[in-house]
Amino acid sequence: MPGGLTNVEVDRIAALARLALGAEEQELYRRQLAEILEHARQVAAVDTRGVPPTTHTLLRQPSERPDGAVPSLAPADALANAPEADRAAGLFKVPRVIGG
Amino acid sequence: MTALPPTAAALRDLVARRAITAVEACQACLGRIGRADPALGAFLEVGAERALARASRLDATPPGRESLPLVGVPVAVKDNICTRGLRTSAGSRMLARYRPPHDATAIARLEQAGAVIIGKTNCDEFAMGSSTENSAFGPARNPWALDRTPGGSSGGSAAAVSARLAPLALGSDTGGSIRQPAAFCGVTGLKPTYGRVSRFGLIAFASSLDQIGPFAVTARDAALVLSAVAGADPMDATSSQEPVPDYAAALTGDIRGLRIGVLRGDLDAGIDVEVRQRVTGALDVFRARGAIIADVELPHARFGIPVYYVLATAEASANLARYDGVRYGFRAAEADENDPRPPLQAMYEDTRAAGFGAEVKRRIMLGTYVLSAGYYDAYYLKAQQVRTLIRQDFDRALAAVDVVAMPTSPTPPFKLGERVRDPLQMYLADVLTVGASLAGLPAISIPCGFTADRLPVGLQLVGRPFDEATLLRAADAFERDTDHWRQVPPVLP
Repeated sequence: MPGGLTNVEVDRIAALARLALGAEEQELYRRQLAEILEHARQVAAVDTRGVPPTTHTLLRQPSERPDGAVPSLAPADALANAPEADRAAGLFKVPRVIGG
Repeated sequence: MTALPPTAAALRDLVARRAITAVEACQACLGRIGRADPALGAFLEVGAERALARASRLDATPPGRESLPLVGVPVAVKDNICTRGLRTSAGSRMLARYRPPHDATAIARLEQAGAVIIGKTNCDEFAMGSSTENSAFGPARNPWALDRTPGGSSGGSAAAVSARLAPLALGSDTGGSIRQPAAFCGVTGLKPTYGRVSRFGLIAFASSLDQIGPFAVTARDAALVLSAVAGADPMDATSSQEPVPDYAAALTGDIRGLRIGVLRGDLDAGIDVEVRQRVTGALDVFRARGAIIADVELPHARFGIPVYYVLATAEASANLARYDGVRYGFRAAEADENDPRPPLQAMYEDTRAAGFGAEVKRRIMLGTYVLSAGYYDAYYLKAQQVRTLIRQDFDRALAAVDVVAMPTSPTPPFKLGERVRDPLQMYLADVLTVGASLAGLPAISIPCGFTADRLPVGLQLVGRPFDEATLLRAADAFERDTDHWRQVPPVLP
């Protein structure tokens, strides 16, 4: 595994995570993430040949329920916490997506 | 002002007998919160109106309410657990004005049991932290020493119970967020088996690890809460249908022949001397009651921190994608006309940049990195494989003993500000708690003494899957021979 982390990589991760970073944050995270990843690389030494991954630890009897129709959140309740909405029309509003 | 009894069970009996009304119990707690919380910062929101309305309804209820197991008992709730109409911020600017349209299943079940939700407690933002210093609304403080952290992420819940602002609290534990603050504040905290308690209405951090559990003054009180909130829930497919026992009935005081495995090995080295001494003393108490003490090893435990911080951040990066400024929560002001980014993308990026705090952004970045092309196998898949080895270590240990014992935290509560600039140092605070989380096992922290500076020390017991009853029985037996649980912090009004 590679050591260190470049600003280009930090920018790529921030873009994937939809986070706008300032220059100071970019430098801080570059340094801190490199340090944390360095620590994480110690697991590379563990012999995991043939070891299956654990994705969850649900050990007994998960809860299944009948696949039936049940009432969902009322539109007014769903919109109640929206930062911007057209409540009469029952719509969330977002900035312009297409066109100029 | 009404003086409250020391435990939730005793308070419940007084209310059931109508020796005190639910409203009086509620007002006593509200009074204490009003006097003590300005110094502690344990609460983010006090729901006096909702609590008093609920308490008066309980007082007006005709006979029959005596059978409710938590009738009239005020409960403080970590602010990442949804309460209908009561602000639920998860300690984040992102949800600073969020009022959930529903109650979490754990909340609904507590109320069915007669409990009164009294307010929402301070926590690290989205439960990410070990000191409550990552709360967007300022840190909570340790009632035993106000210049120290109450631990985290459920620091407010631990501080509230420790300072007797509420007899009970709910928290959530992903890598130690109930157990470590319980240890730091000198109270009992239980992380149930993964799947024991419904996570519906818990604001998701890392879905393969998150569990809701109680803070209490005694094991019996914790048992009452667990019996109320545990069990299958159609709203959470990961909740188990495993039957829920009467946990309080397991508290017989009899631990003769109980096999307690003491963790030996390379984690020992980093443990504070006084913490080690208090834990050794606690094991002597168990031995005197008839428990059998043996050594156990968890050879992969030392990889717990890297495995946990890869997996938890990976899951968090996916779970926190939902905070996009569209359906709920904070939205940044629209970017100006000259901004080259498409307007919707700019809104997403600016909302998340301004709405999340530094630690949450750090973890989203880390999680995004370990899941990204080229790094997935080396970090994420590898961590999942080592997680299997950590589970197998516990399986082997718990075949030989009934519970595994170790300190909850390698150190006593540290000072506010001491670790905030060094994230890795902060992460290492969780070294003894992440193992049970990764293995999905139940674990309890119980007060086992104090340092020379009068700072609480916690003993952690890890049990077999769905065997919370044994943890609670051991904790209750320990309380019968010790008085650590009776100690009350000095700073209170």
